[in-house]
Amino acid sequence: MHEMSIALSIVEAIETKAREEGAESISGIDLVVGKLAGIQPDSLRFCFSAAAKGTLAESALLHIEEPEGVGKCMECCAKFPVSFYYAECPECRSLRIEIVSGEEFRIQTITIEEGEINNNV
Amino acid sequence: MCETCGCSTDGGAVLRKPGQTGYHVHISESCDGSDSHHHGEGHPHDHSHHHEESSSRKVLLEQDVLLKNNLLAERNRGFFEARNIFALNFLSSPGSGKTTLLEKTIPLILSHFPVAVIEGDQQTTNDADRIHILGVPVIQVNTGSGCHLDAMMINRALKELELQNNSLLCIENVGNLVCPAMFDLGEALKVVVISVTEGDDKPLKYPNMFHEADLCILNKIDLLPYVDFDARKCRENAVRINHHLEWLEVSAKTGEGLDVWQQWIENKLKQR
Ligand SMILES: Nc1nc2c(ncn2[C@@H]2O[C@H](COP(=O)(O)OP(=O)(O)OP(=O)(O)O)[C@@H](O)[C@H]2O)c(=O)[nH]1
Ligand SMILES: [Mg+2]
Ligand SMILES: [Zn+2]
Repeated sequence: MHEMSIALSIVEAIETKAREEGAESISGIDLVVGKLAGIQPDSLRFCFSAAAKGTLAESALLHIEEPEGVGKCMECCAKFPVSFYYAECPECRSLRIEIVSGEEFRIQTITIEEGEINNNV
Repeated sequence: MCETCGCSTDGGAVLRKPGQTGYHVHISESCDGSDSHHHGEGHPHDHSHHHEESSSRKVLLEQDVLLKNNLLAERNRGFFEARNIFALNFLSSPGSGKTTLLEKTIPLILSHFPVAVIEGDQQTTNDADRIHILGVPVIQVNTGSGCHLDAMMINRALKELELQNNSLLCIENVGNLVCPAMFDLGEALKVVVISVTEGDDKPLKYPNMFHEADLCILNKIDLLPYVDFDARKCRENAVRINHHLEWLEVSAKTGEGLDVWQQWIENKLKQR
């Protein structure tokens, strides 16, 4: 899949942000990867460690939150968990389902290290 | 490197033109920051450089992972809108007949509207060479080990192509039903091509692609008598995933259905 190019774009985005913030390194990243986003978290982790090598995020711990898929029936408005795009409404059996959650794919926060505090009075 | 598809950073994308052997443009920075990294074997993380006195703090980003690609795609889209260029992004598994379909479609459209093509493949200019014979502007993007086109590649390719106003631009993505679905290029619509030799459960196996597509073209219907493929079932599966998906059935080989497809394109071109 596309996890490698995705991992690289994550590293690029967080390095840019960390530099803006004057960070010495990035120690943690919180990602939100919905279960329907088409991304394999394990594969992403694997690629991330390779992509982050030699960058500020080299030692960062990757925390991935995986919101469940939630569908909403366009006929009866019921909301229910879904694991596929082709879910069926458990209430009225309609196939006209809108996905309301589970497609998220964002970088939520990063934890940055600001280096030594040098004002030891 | 990603074990599943071979997406990787080494071997960045290159633009090539048919009939111009020396012509060669490296896309220095891809949307995913492609060439600024080297991969190792992923050895254990080294935490030793953390100082005891260092202070850490959380910084909120709330940023879409594909933000950079999406922003650039919007710039491409703005360029297309300003010039009234109707851009289609063709997606499919390898060999479903995208290039053949373009070879057959372009001469039909060309009598009414100018056409240009961007071809995406990991290697070779084979597809661009086939389009070049038709006499329309074409550029090949070789993605190297990359498994999809991204907005930056298109942005660069646009600078090398002579595009006319009020025209059709066909972008043939790398043959792959997974990764290209995630990368907006700035196109007006996505067209997924599947062929009758692939199995009618394709939409269920690759739901993201069919979820993103606007039109599905079922190709190679001349082979229907010889294969176990239920076109009606395939369509049902596809529409279950995407209620807005339009559907056409063609044979790029015999020309069956191409009149409807030509009409579909010309209607879109005229609406603009
Ligand atoms: N029988 C039949 N064969 C077709 C049809 N369309 C394409 N083909 C054949 O399918 C093979 C692949 O066609 P291409 O047009 O190269 O497919 P593609 O999707 O561009 O392939 P990639 O760019 O490699 O992903 C060729 O041998 C074509 O001649 C069709 O409608 N019917
Ligand atoms: Mg092709
Ligand atoms: Zn319902």
